[in-house]
Amino acid sequence: MKYVYSLGAVIALMLIAWFGSLIPGMQYFFGVAVPYLAIVIFLGGFAWKIWDWAKSPVPFSIQTTCGQAKSLDFIPHNRLEAPNTNTEVIARMALEILTFRSLFRHTKADVYAGPKLTYESAKWLWLFALIFHYSFLVIVIRHLRLFLEPVPAPIVWLDWADSLFEMGLPTLYLTDAGLLIGLLFLFARRLFTRPVRYMSLFNDYFPLFLLLAIGITGVLMRMVFRGGIDIAAIKAMGVGLVTFSPVVSPDISAIFYVHLFLVCALLIYFPFSKLMHLGGVFLSPTRNMRNNTREVRHVNPWNPDIKPHSYAAYEDEFREYMVEAGIPVEKELEPQKEAAEPA
Amino acid sequence: MFNKSLILGGLAVFVLLVTTPFWYGLLKAGPPPTPEPPPNGASVCVAPVEYMRSSHMKLLDVWRDEVIREAKRETIVVNDPKLGTLEFGKGLQLACMDCHSNKEQFCDSCHEYVSARPDCWTCHMTPAEIASKEAL
Repeated sequence: MKYVYSLGAVIALMLIAWFGSLIPGMQYFFGVAVPYLAIVIFLGGFAWKIWDWAKSPVPFSIQTTCGQAKSLDFIPHNRLEAPNTNTEVIARMALEILTFRSLFRHTKADVYAGPKLTYESAKWLWLFALIFHYSFLVIVIRHLRLFLEPVPAPIVWLDWADSLFEMGLPTLYLTDAGLLIGLLFLFARRLFTRPVRYMSLFNDYFPLFLLLAIGITGVLMRMVFRGGIDIAAIKAMGVGLVTFSPVVSPDISAIFYVHLFLVCALLIYFPFSKLMHLGGVFLSPTRNMRNNTREVRHVNPWNPDIKPHSYAAYEDEFREYMVEAGIPVEKELEPQKEAAEPA
Repeated sequence: MFNKSLILGGLAVFVLLVTTPFWYGLLKAGPPPTPEPPPNGASVCVAPVEYMRSSHMKLLDVWRDEVIREAKRETIVVNDPKLGTLEFGKGLQLACMDCHSNKEQFCDSCHEYVSARPDCWTCHMTPAEIASKEAL
């Protein structure tokens, strides 16, 4: 049932933008005020979250090791799974960030009569996560054509490559299909895999529905409901936003404002949600620390500077009081007082 | 704070990337393009201007399918207040370019602005190109 609430929240956002943008004068609110607010909250929230993480203590060396750590010379060292140097850590992080290596290890657990528990490799999550994330990245970069004037050549090339098969007019973008297919799989996984469904919450479904709605409104706007989608007027709006001289065209249809409002909702939601794994993946101590606990002692830098205090030093400090209180001491007081009296 | 320079450096790179559109043109941008009105003075198009502005590619797609796949080659009649009754065959060269004869000033002005690269011109020729071919 939790997905119903998420779906309801996204539909509510869509209705707000749909009917809101039909009110005369509100185009300025949805087309200018909300986007500015969203980008400020996104960047501010993102920086705040990173700052918050960066100043959190990492008291232990907690890298996850998935292979043999560097040891004696004749024991082969698994350089990627237990990185010992910064270079190896960078290689491990790059593979994690660019190819989602830990998802590649994803397994599926089943219980059979017996009872017998089996695990088997399941690469689907990795594959569709990869399709979704790269499609999303390309789509975000491609959208720069609506903000940059003149459009830089690399974006033109990306646009060309993405519509390579020239299906339909305007041409279908491969990444549009990739994004929607990836999202539908990620949603179906939450819905049909029972353990995953059990632990899925409102804030697991919400970003999925939000992104699906953004993708679907985007594709519909491009391919189906062309009416009122004057792309030159939309670009004039985009360029107006980034040059701080906002303009609003009165003729743009409501579906554009729905699309834009959902993107703004995504930007505002981003820093305060699980979507922050965009920044968090770089800061995960289980991945970005060196596995060198055999060579280097890991000391928490937040430890207070406590000097070692041996018992002998302790007794030196408090011997007089200890003797006075009748506590046995290892070394008696020096007989200074007795020596002083006869003189 | 751990690895202060690395984390703040990474954050700075991220903020710079996200704000690319803001500093790319240094807050300056020309006005949006205004396509040239037809040089022959026609003021009525085959469909309302609003529709043509947003959906001309859909119309061309429909025409292409009708002419090539269904052999529906009936002409389109337009009553222009100045030029009188105009009759067009369906097609980019047969209809559009008749009035909007200057591709660079009409088609390209918007297409380049929004980085739309339709592949019309891999087969079709502009009136200027036809004229230069005929001159040979």
